[in-house]
Order: sequence, then structure tokens, then C-alpha cells
Amino acid sequence: MEPLHETRLLVNGVPHTVRVPARRLLADCLRHDLGLTGTHVGCEHGVCGACTVLVDGQPMRSCLLFTVSVEGAEITTTEGCRAADGGLGPVQRAFLECHGLQCGFCTPGFVTTITAYLREHPDPSEQDAREAIGGNLCRCTGYQNIVASVLRAAELLRSESREGAR
Amino acid sequence: MTTRMFGEPIARLEDPRLVGGHGRYLDDLGPQALAAAFVRSPHAHARIADIDAAEALEVPGLAAIYTYEDLDGRVAEPLPLLIPHPDLHAPRTAYPLANGVVRHVGEPVVMVVAGDRYLAEDACERIRVAYDPLPPVVGIQAAVRAEHAVHDDVPDNVAAHMVQEVGDARAAIAAAPHRLELDLEIERSASMPLEGKGVYARWDAADRSLRVYSSTQTSTSVRFALAAKLEVPVDRVEVVAPDVGGGFGVKIVHPWPEEVLVPWAAMRLGREVKWVEDRREHFVSSAHERGQRHKVRVGFDDDGRLLGLEVEFLHDNGAYTPYGIIVPIITSTQLLGPYKPGAYRVEFRSLYSNTVTVTPYRGAGRPQGAFAMERTMDAIAGHLGRDRAEVREVNLIRPEEMPYDHRLVFQDGRPLIYDSGDYPTSLQKLKKLVGWDEFEAYREQALAEGRRVGIGLACYVEGTGVGPYEGAHVRVETNGKVVVATGLTTQGQGHETVFAQVAAEELGVPVADVSVVTGDTRRFKYAVGTFASRAAVMSGNAVALAARKVRAKALRIAGEALEVDPGDLEVVDGVIRVRGVPDAEIPLKTVAVLANPLRYAFDEEARRATQFAVGGGVERPPVADEDEPGLEATDYYSPLRSTFANGVHAAVVETDPETAEVRILRYCVLHDCGRLINPRIVEGQIHGGVAQGVGGALYERIVYDENGQLLNASFMDFLMPYASEVPKVETDHLETPSPLNPLGVKGAGEAGVIPGAAVLASAISDAEGFFVDRMPISPSELWELRGRHARKGDG
Repeated sequence: MEPLHETRLLVNGVPHTVRVPARRLLADCLRHDLGLTGTHVGCEHGVCGACTVLVDGQPMRSCLLFTVSVEGAEITTTEGCRAADGGLGPVQRAFLECHGLQCGFCTPGFVTTITAYLREHPDPSEQDAREAIGGNLCRCTGYQNIVASVLRAAELLRSESREGAR
Repeated sequence: MTTRMFGEPIARLEDPRLVGGHGRYLDDLGPQALAAAFVRSPHAHARIADIDAAEALEVPGLAAIYTYEDLDGRVAEPLPLLIPHPDLHAPRTAYPLANGVVRHVGEPVVMVVAGDRYLAEDACERIRVAYDPLPPVVGIQAAVRAEHAVHDDVPDNVAAHMVQEVGDARAAIAAAPHRLELDLEIERSASMPLEGKGVYARWDAADRSLRVYSSTQTSTSVRFALAAKLEVPVDRVEVVAPDVGGGFGVKIVHPWPEEVLVPWAAMRLGREVKWVEDRREHFVSSAHERGQRHKVRVGFDDDGRLLGLEVEFLHDNGAYTPYGIIVPIITSTQLLGPYKPGAYRVEFRSLYSNTVTVTPYRGAGRPQGAFAMERTMDAIAGHLGRDRAEVREVNLIRPEEMPYDHRLVFQDGRPLIYDSGDYPTSLQKLKKLVGWDEFEAYREQALAEGRRVGIGLACYVEGTGVGPYEGAHVRVETNGKVVVATGLTTQGQGHETVFAQVAAEELGVPVADVSVVTGDTRRFKYAVGTFASRAAVMSGNAVALAARKVRAKALRIAGEALEVDPGDLEVVDGVIRVRGVPDAEIPLKTVAVLANPLRYAFDEEARRATQFAVGGGVERPPVADEDEPGLEATDYYSPLRSTFANGVHAAVVETDPETAEVRILRYCVLHDCGRLINPRIVEGQIHGGVAQGVGGALYERIVYDENGQLLNASFMDFLMPYASEVPKVETDHLETPSPLNPLGVKGAGEAGVIPGAAVLASAISDAEGFFVDRMPISPSELWELRGRHARKGDG
């Protein structure tokens, strides 16, 4: 049998300890060991971006990461991009409002990517929005409404932070 | 009045689940299932000399290794020929596992089942298959030359040969004042959904029943196919299409080898088994489309009016023909677009090659047809020195000529008769949207800045909503909720939303009270599937018809309860009211209770329907002869023939004088799919189609080498457009209702992709000043073309 490695992960704020073979991909660990099937695998070679999760806040391709290589890291998946009250988060709401998805398979990777992007770029232009999603493939939408979703999510986040400041 | 639901751009009802990460796609199911993996042929054409699995037996967690020799019963027979056709004289389909010979790289040879996918692939790596390579047939040229055969018993590699002719096209061309001859080619591409195929099977040995989940475009037909293959009574088989991550045609084919083998293995092993296609497998073992070479001969008058059109084309169908010859039949009929061709003759040959099988990819032969026709229109305009839009205009079928009978047979075996459309208005609106008449001024201005720009346009007509039928079941629950079930499947089209809109509109209930189930044979057993832009037309109308039955029944029961004529009743927000009489009303949910006369009460609502609670006469039975209990109904929609949508696209491009890179500056779409159920969803379909059209025109091509190795079987190498490659899409609509169906709708799923190659070839030709006759076109190819035309100019 393959040797198993005890690995600690903080996923969406919940601590987990998993025992996985060294070759276990983070995507498989999240999906099949932790049951977080929101993260999807589209190409298994880091091109499509569907499996993007945030590792210590940075978007990374979970199909190209070994679980053991992110020991101790803080992971955010699309399930963790929800609002504090458990409802849809601002990026998710924006996708819903703007018809930013069709089959929904690529959406989790966009949600995580955009969540990270907007933290550092709260007020993107349309061109910025297009570039922000430039590393993720979608086969359904032609990206028109995903660009709109980025802009709408930025708007929602800005109004949230205004309300928070009040 | 109830808020109108039909025609409203409401947000999708499926989205809260999908955006929150709670979709249920195939690989999200069955975490405890064994995993299957396959050893696939590395050769395009070879005889299997030996399979040695000895080393694989040591892999921990191994459950089974199967080769063709292990298959039994009907599983050992070739896979079905789904759509036979008299002109498909030499159909061939694959075995689930190769039976002695492999005919394309990727063909499954050995199936392994193990504890998880890692272990299954470990075992695959340890299985040694010895092959005696045979000469491969790669590409249309080689297939036609037929120096080698893909199938021994088909020495000319010709699977099918078909001719349709209306009038004497050759004579009409010969007699025409002007004649042109063109060679036009489109290369291979593929559907490439972000989620590949997948199958998960659960066999209940005690119950002798099978449940199969498949990422398919047709769960009902998979069910019948599996029942036949596995020799299990059909009532013991359930097939569910869960959330499906895109299809675009490739998932309509069934049963795939894996779709048969996974449940077969689950039955043999008494364990749940799952197979999830990886990306490389999808490239080398699912299906491709588009590869065709066309020769067009056309005769026309001084105005560019077609007098005779003759098209001969060669279609590369890959190694097998499981889906028949639907793609070339569609090309041969839909090529005509919105035009009157004069006399028309079309002939095609469908050819075997040692490459992945060809089956429909969104557009299904229409992009090639539109390319052939629209390039011909541009060539005629060029020959006569006339405006390209003007030449199209003189050839358009006029609205007063509808219905227009082309006197050809369409892909559904029924006559090619256009039901409705206003093509001149479509063209006018598109010209206005893109600013066709003002473009020369823009070109001048761009030239002055040293920029090279061009404009192109392309028209198409799309037969949508092919039969034979779809059905729907609509039920009002005693809590007032409405449950709709239809058998066809969903791969992102928003069916949960649009069918809910149709049911809500028909019944007079809030859309939030309606839930829709698709693609689950437990809920609806009879259906065809989701392809050919047919779901809104077929199931949309079936839902409407079933809902109308439910409404009629509700009004009848309410009429009895309120002692009024049902004709005086209306339904508003789920409450049946007597028009003009305040307070004379009864909620639909109460009618649902009354519709099911009960002996036993199970809750407060049910008490109202029990035998001592209901009034009414004792002179007739509680359920009348013609009646059934429950406020529910099933109905089917089966059209006489297809309904035809249409549209016109225009593109403005800029080509880089140095690098020959093509940049799309504007992309405009005029689209007419009849009445819109949800404009936002239709718009989304167009956007996605355009992106695939742009991909097919400028980036995507499947590249095989001469040995039949697929050279670009990854997303790194098969270039699908990212956000940076898809232009902003500007759209305008025309709504010419279909007279063929109650809702007046036409399909919208494929439209966006159809004219992509044609319109961009037109625009690039316009920018460059020479004729582009082959797509897709890369910057290096355009650069080479420039060189060739410059040399020709010098000479």
C-alpha cells in the first residue's frame, strides 16, 4: 500500500486533518475526501481554471497541487465564497443576477478567481474585468455575462463595504 | 392579472444551486463507487496480437480487468447504429472493447475496475498490449484515394453516398450568363464541453434493478439501449442525467462503450462502479465534427440571382458511424439558407478514416453549409462587382412566399418546408445594426491611420425542433406547488427556468411555485433528447399542452365547487376566481385536494377530500369514467415537421499588416427564433454560440499527423477562446412566430455558431482583398496567403 501522509488543511474556515498518499491531488482531496464537490476538474492540466481555489488567499489550480504540498494552508473553495449569513456571496449573487453561467461547471473557478481579484481591485473597468477572468475557460457563455458579473460583484462589494463602514 | 411570465428575462431558478457549489454533476455522485479506467489504443489502425495483464494483478485494490473476450451476451455485439439511413450503405459501429482490431487512437481495449481512479490507472499502466500496426487512413484525401481501407469489407472507405436534386442544376448552370466554381473546406473541431462524459451505475442484486447516472443528452434513450444491451427488463432500469457540464452535441451519442461497460461491470461485480472521462480521453475517444471539403458550381444572372447550384462534398466520418449520416444530410439541406437556389443538386460521400468518430457538434453540419453558401454569395458579388448584401437580398425568399417548400428531404425524413421568417427584414436590421452602408467611410479613415479593416456578413436558416415528440407531466400539489417533469435533459440551457415560465403562464401561478425535473426516467419515461435546438420547441409546447389540460380540469372542479360555469373563472396567482365577483374564489391547492377523492386523511388539507367531508351528488361515482384522480396531466407535442429559425451575422475585423493577427472589432447578430420565452436565456445561447463560432473560425482545429496521432489533445494545444478572444456581441431580435406550434417558438441553441466561419472569412477577405476559401485560419496561414497572393499579383 502507498504510504499515507497526515496533512492539516483549513478549508473554508474549518480545520481538517486528512491522511493521503503523496500523489493525491488537492482537487481530489477536496472533492472526494472532504466532500466539497463545488470545485470542478475540467482539464487536469491547469489550463481551464475550473478547479481554481484560493490557497492562503491566492488563486491556484487545485488539479496541479499535491495535497501534501499545501500542509497548513488556508483553502477557500467556492463553497467558502458564501456570505457570512450563509446566503450567496457577492460574486455568486452577481453571477445569478447577470446570467453569468449556463451549465455551471466552470463557475466555481470563476467565483474563486474573481473573489480574489476584487479584494485587490475593487473598482475594475470592463477591460480590467475581461483581463481578470482571462485565465479561465467557459464553453457556454461567450464570457459576455461573466464580464458583467465581475462588474456587478464589484458594485455589490463596494456597497457592502460602504454599509460596513457606516 | 397574474404577472406575465412568458417572455420575461427572469433570473434562472437553477442558479442558486449551481453558483453556490451545490450542483450535482456526475463525478459528484457515488463517492464510494469503484473507479473504472481504460487502456486505449495508441495506434490509429492495428491488429491486437496479445494482451498481458499479469503485472496488473498485483495492484492493490484491483477489482477486475476486462477485455473483449470477457464480454458476453449482447454486450459482445457491436454498439447500435442509432440512425440508419438507406443511403448509409456500409454502416459500421465499434464494439464496447476492441474486438481484434483498433481503428483510431483512443479506442478502448481493456477496462480496469479498482478501488479508486489512481489505482485503476496504475493497473492500466501495467497491462501490456501487443499490436501489429496496419496502415492508417488519415484525412479526406487519403480516404478518397482508398489505398488502404479502414474496414476490410469497405474497400473504398465510402460509408454513404447521397444525392438530392431539384430541377436540372447542371443544365441551369450551363445555360447561365455567369458561372463560378469554388473549392471550400472546413477543418475538424469538437464540442469540448468543460465536463467530459461520465457514467455511474448501481445494481441492486436483490431487487434486480439498475440505476445509471450518465452525463448524457438523452437519458430516456440510454435507458432503452441499456435494457436491450444488458438484457434487463426496461422497467428495472432507471437512467438519470444529473447536472451536466455542457454537451454541445457530443453527449447525444449513446450508448458510449463506457455507458454499456460500467453498468455491465457493476452487475457482474455487485458493486457500484463509476467512470469519469478525463480530458485526454475526451479528445481521443468521444467525437469530433466539421471536417468537410465542398466543390460548388453556381450559375447566376447579372443581378447575382442564383439559377443553378451544384454542391458536391466529402464528409470525414471518422472510424465508425454510430450516429448515421445526420451531419452531411444537414449540410446538404441547410446550406440553402434563406435563399432560392434555382435548380439545386447536392451530392455527398461520407468517408471512413482512422480517426475519432464524427457526430454532431453544435450546428451539426450547418456551419459548413453556411460557409459554402455564404462564400458563394461573396464570390458572386465579387465577380459582378456588386455589394455583397445586395446580392444576398435578390436571392432571399420573401415573407409572402412562406411556407416555402424546397422540395428536399430534411434530417428528420420530412419535407424541407420553411414555416415562417422575414428574411429581408432580418437583413435590413442587421445592416442597420452594424452600419453596413457607412462602412466605406470607416475603412477610409482606418486606412488613413495605416489600419487594415474589413466587414463581412453571413445569413443562415436553421431547422429547429425536430420530432418525433416530447412530453411533459404537470401536477399541482395539495400545497399549491406545481411540479413539471419532462424527459429531455439539460446541459445548461436553463430548462428549469423556461419550462417553469411556460407552466406558470399557462396555469396562472407564480413562477416561484413551479419546479421542473428533466432527464430523469423515474419522473418521465418517454422522450427523445436535447439536441438540434429542440428543447424549447418540443418540451416547451408539451409543458404548455399538459398545463392547459391541468388548468381545464382545475376550472371544472372549481366550477363545481363554486357552482358556476368554468368559463366564468380565471386563475390569478394560484387562486381560481369568478370574474367580476369578489370573494367567490378557491385556491388551486384546494382544487388539488378535491381532485383526489380520499378515504384516508393524512393531513389537514387531505381531510377536506375525505368521503364524509366532500359534498356533491351520490348519483355518480367519485371519479367519473373519463376522469383520473389528482390535479395533474400528461401531454405530448409531436410536430408535423421542423420549424425554421433564421439570422444574419456581421463582423468587422482588423488584420495586422505585420503579424497577420485577426482582431474582431465588432460582432453583430440579428436573430429570429420566433417568440422568446426568456430573452435573457436566448441572448446567452447566442453569446455562447458566437464564441464557439469565433473559436471555429480562428483558433480551434483538431490536428492529426499522417499516422493518425492526435497532436493537440489538450487544452494547451487545442485553442478554445478565452475572454480575451471573444468580442463584445451586439444583438438585435426579430420575432416571427412559428405557425406550427401552440407557443409560436423556434429553437435558439445552435444559431450563434452557424455563420461564424462564414462571416469571419467574409470579413477577412474584405480586409485583405483576396478570397479565403478554407477555415479556420491562423495568423501564419493568413500570412502565407498574403505571400501567395502578392506573388500572383507580381506575376
